[in-house]
Amino acid sequence: MSNWVKVAPFEEIPRLGARVVRTKNKDESELEIGVFRLEDDRIFAINNKCPHKAGPLSQGIVYGDKVACPMHSWKISLIDGKADEPDVGETACFNTKVEDGFVYLELKA
Amino acid sequence: MQKMKLVVVGNGMAGMRVVEELLKISPDLYDITVFGDEPYPNYNRIMLSPVLANEQTINDIILNTREWYAENNITLYTSARINKIDRKNRLVIAEDGTTAEYDRLLLATGSKPFMLPITGANLDGVIGYRDIKDTDEMIATAKTHQHAVVIGGGLLGLEAANGLKIQGMDVTVIHRNEWLLERQLDKTAGKMLQKSLETKGLKFQLNQNTKEITGKNGRVSNVHFADGTDLPADLVVMAVGIRPNFALAESAGIYCNKGIVVNDTMQTYDPRVYAVGECVAHRGISYGLVAPLFEMAKVCANHLANFGIGLYKGSVTSTKLKVTGVDLFSAGDFRSGAEAGDEEREEIVLHDAVGGVYKKLVIKDDKIIGSVLYGDTADGAWYFQMLRDNKPIHEIRDSLMFGQDSLGNTGHQGNDKAAAMTNEMEVCGCNGVCKGTIVKAIQDQGLFTIDDVKKQTKAGSSCGSCVGLVEQILASTLGGGYAPPSTSKAICGCSDLNHEQVREEIRSKKYLNIPDAIKGMTWRTPNGCATCRPALNYYLLSTWPHEAVDDPQSRFINERVHANIQKDGTYSVIPRMYGGVTTPDQLRKIADVADKYAVPMVKVTGGQRIDLLGVKKEDLVDMWKDLDMPSGYAYAKGIRTVKTCVGSEFCRFGTQDSTGLGIKIEKAFDHMWAPHKVKFAVSGCPRNCAESGIKDVGIIGVDSGWELYVGGNGGIKTEVAQFLCKVKTAEEVLEYSGAFIQIYREEARYLDRTVHWIERVGLDYVKKRVIEDTEGRKAAYERLLYALQGAVNPWAERVQNREKHKEFETITV
Repeated sequence: MSNWVKVAPFEEIPRLGARVVRTKNKDESELEIGVFRLEDDRIFAINNKCPHKAGPLSQGIVYGDKVACPMHSWKISLIDGKADEPDVGETACFNTKVEDGFVYLELKA
Repeated sequence: MQKMKLVVVGNGMAGMRVVEELLKISPDLYDITVFGDEPYPNYNRIMLSPVLANEQTINDIILNTREWYAENNITLYTSARINKIDRKNRLVIAEDGTTAEYDRLLLATGSKPFMLPITGANLDGVIGYRDIKDTDEMIATAKTHQHAVVIGGGLLGLEAANGLKIQGMDVTVIHRNEWLLERQLDKTAGKMLQKSLETKGLKFQLNQNTKEITGKNGRVSNVHFADGTDLPADLVVMAVGIRPNFALAESAGIYCNKGIVVNDTMQTYDPRVYAVGECVAHRGISYGLVAPLFEMAKVCANHLANFGIGLYKGSVTSTKLKVTGVDLFSAGDFRSGAEAGDEEREEIVLHDAVGGVYKKLVIKDDKIIGSVLYGDTADGAWYFQMLRDNKPIHEIRDSLMFGQDSLGNTGHQGNDKAAAMTNEMEVCGCNGVCKGTIVKAIQDQGLFTIDDVKKQTKAGSSCGSCVGLVEQILASTLGGGYAPPSTSKAICGCSDLNHEQVREEIRSKKYLNIPDAIKGMTWRTPNGCATCRPALNYYLLSTWPHEAVDDPQSRFINERVHANIQKDGTYSVIPRMYGGVTTPDQLRKIADVADKYAVPMVKVTGGQRIDLLGVKKEDLVDMWKDLDMPSGYAYAKGIRTVKTCVGSEFCRFGTQDSTGLGIKIEKAFDHMWAPHKVKFAVSGCPRNCAESGIKDVGIIGVDSGWELYVGGNGGIKTEVAQFLCKVKTAEEVLEYSGAFIQIYREEARYLDRTVHWIERVGLDYVKKRVIEDTEGRKAAYERLLYALQGAVNPWAERVQNREKHKEFETITV
C-alpha cells in the first residue's frame, strides 16, 4: 500500500541542497530523511544516515546526482543510495513526486 | 551518431594509459580496438624485476584484466602483431590478416632491447630482458643451468643479475664503464653499490668489452672478451640499452628519426596518427622510463578527446634501482663542475663510507640541478620536486642536506622512514591504514600516483599529515615508475585547469557566479563537485568582493549554517570574545543559554573563548537570538581568533598593550574569509605567553615596538612562524599584517594555510610585497578593508530574517 505524505512547497527545497524530514517508523522509532533537489529540479530522498558512520547526508554538498557526506566525504548516489568506490555501503531510498507545487514522499507502509 | 574509431597498436603501459585517461574524460567518443603482440593483457612491465626476484607473480602485475577490456567495450586482439598500416584507406593489417579501420590511430609500439652485433648473438640462450617471455625463460633456465652472464651494468642489467642470483644461478655482470650505473651514479656511489651487490654474491668485471659468444649444439656455452679471457655461460642476458620500436611507422611513411617524431600534442606528421611511449622521439629525446609515458598519455588523451588543451614539453626523470636492500636514487645532471666543465656548479656532499650513506646535491644558480642518493633515499622525492620546480634554495640551504624533516608529525609515532617500517605499522592514523595495505594496493591494483593511493586506500586522504610517508612508500615500491605530482596540479577531476589558472580566468573574464564560471571554463561536470565548488566560491568572492554572488550550497555545512557540525550531527556554538576578553554579563548570558537549551558540554577553547557543544540545528537561531553576541567564526575558512596575553595593563613584565591591540585587530578583520583558517596572536613581551610563534600572524611586543612573525602553525605539523619585520605603532601592525593577509587571500590556493603558501612562493617574495613595496602594501591593505566593508554578523542576520533561512527548520510529518 502506498503511503504518500506532503512534505513542503517545492521552492523551500534549495537547489543543489536538501531539507530534513523527521518522521516515525512503524515501531515509533525516529527516522530522518534527506530530501534533495538537483540542479535540474529533480527531487530525491534518502535516509539521512551515511552508511559509513551515520553522518547526516542532508548537510553535505550536492553535485551532479550525488552528495558528499559532511563527516568524512563519502560520496553517496542520490539515485540508488550507494557509496562511490572504493567505499562500500548503501543507504535506503524513498520515492518522491511533485504535485501542485508540493513535494511528496512515499513512506514505507 | 556513429562513434569514431580509435585503433591502438601496442597493448602496453603507454597505450593503455592513454585509453584509461580517454575513458575518464570522454568515455563515449570512440569505438576502441587494441592490438598487442604479446599473449597477455596489459601488465606492469616495470614489475618484471620483482617477478624474477620471486617477490611477485605474473598475476600480480596484470594492470588491466580481459574483463576490464570487455567492460569498457574495447576490442582486444592479443598475440596479434600489426605489420602494415594502410594510411590511404585508414586501415591496419595484422600478421594473421585481421584488419581494423581507424579515424584516429595511436601507435604505442614501445621499444626493443638492443642486441650487440657480435658473433653468436643469435645462439639459443642469448636473450634480452623486456617481457614476460624473457622473464619466464630466465626462470626456466635457472632451474637447469648454472652460469649466467649479464652484459650491461645499467638498471635493467643489475635487476636481471640480482633476480638470476636469487633464482640460484652463478652470475657475472660485464660492464664497459669503470663503475656501475654511470648514467645514474657518480663514481663514489657506483663503487658503494658494487660493494653492496658483491656481498649478495654477484660478480663483476668492469672496464670489460665483450668480443664474441660461442656455443655447443646451437646453445651458448662461453662468452669471450677483448682482453682474451672468457667465461662459461649457459645464459647470456644482453642489457646494453633499448631502441625505440618504430619500424611499423617508418614502413607506413610516417616521419621517424631514431623514433616516431611527434609534436607537443603527441601527434605524428600524419595528423590522424598519434604516438606515445618509448617508441617516440619528442624534441629529439626518447624516454625509457614509465613516468614520462604517463605525462605523454595525459596530453595525448586530452587531444584525442578534442579538448585541445595541454602540451607535453618533455620530462626530467629520476631513477631508483629495484633491488631489495639497496637504496639509491638519482635525478637530473649530477656531474660535478670539473666533470661537466662548468665552473658555476656547486656540490653539497655527505659521505659516510662505513654507514653506507652517500648523498650529493649539485647546485647551480641557486637551484638543484642533480642529485645522487645512496643508502638513504628518503628525501629523493623532495629533492626531485625542487629540481623540477626550479625552486631557489638559499633560504633552506644550510639544512638542505638533512632532508625535508617533514615527517616527524603527530599521529604516526615519529616514524619518518618508510623503509624502516614493517608492514604492520600504521601509516595513516586517521583512517587506520598500515604500510602493508598500501604496498599491496600499489602492487595489486597498479597504482602510480598519490591520488590513486588516497582513493584506493584512504591513506593520507583525511588530515594529510602522512602524505610524505605515503609518497616514500609509493616511490620505494614503484622504483623508476614513480612520478612526483606536479606542484601545479588540476583543481580537481572536473577540470584540467590548476588553481592559478582558475583564479586568472575568474579575474580576466570577470565571472561573478559559479554557473557562469563552470560554463566559461568548460568544466567536465555540470555543477562541479564537493572539492572544486567551495574553492570556486572562495575565488569568486575574494576576487570580486561586493560583486560576486556567494553560493551557500557551495560551502561546507559549517560555513553554510555558521556553526561547527559534530560527529552526532549536532553543532557547536562559539561566540566571539574579542581578544579573549569577556565580562560578567556575557558569562551570565552564556550560562543562561546553556541552561535553557540543556547544552551537554561547555568548554573553554584553545582560542580563549567558550564553546557550547551538542546543540541541535533547529535550536541554533533561537540560541543566537538569546545570546545576542557576534559569531566567533570558529567554523570558518577565515579569521578565527586573535589570542592575547594580558600585556602592560596588568602584567609586571609587559612592555606593550597586547590585549588592546588584539581586540583592535580582531575587530578590524572580523568576518574575513580566507583560503583556510587564519589565526593571530599578540604577546606583550618576548616571553610570548600568547604563543605568537605558531600562528599565521604572530605579533610580539618589544620595548621599541612590535615584531611581526608569519606562517606559523600549531596543527598537524608544527611550524614556527618566520620573522617578517619590526614596526613601531599599532597602526603599522594593522597595515603590515593586513597587507600580508590580503596578498595571501588573493594568491594562495584554496585550503593552503599561510605556511604552505609561503613555502611555495618563498619568504623573500612576501617581504618584497609587504615590506619593500610601500605603495603595494598600502593598496593591499586598502583592498582588504574594502572587502570587509559592510560585513554583517551572520548570526544576527539569520535571527532577523528567519523566513529566508528555512534550512534551520526540520520538517516533521
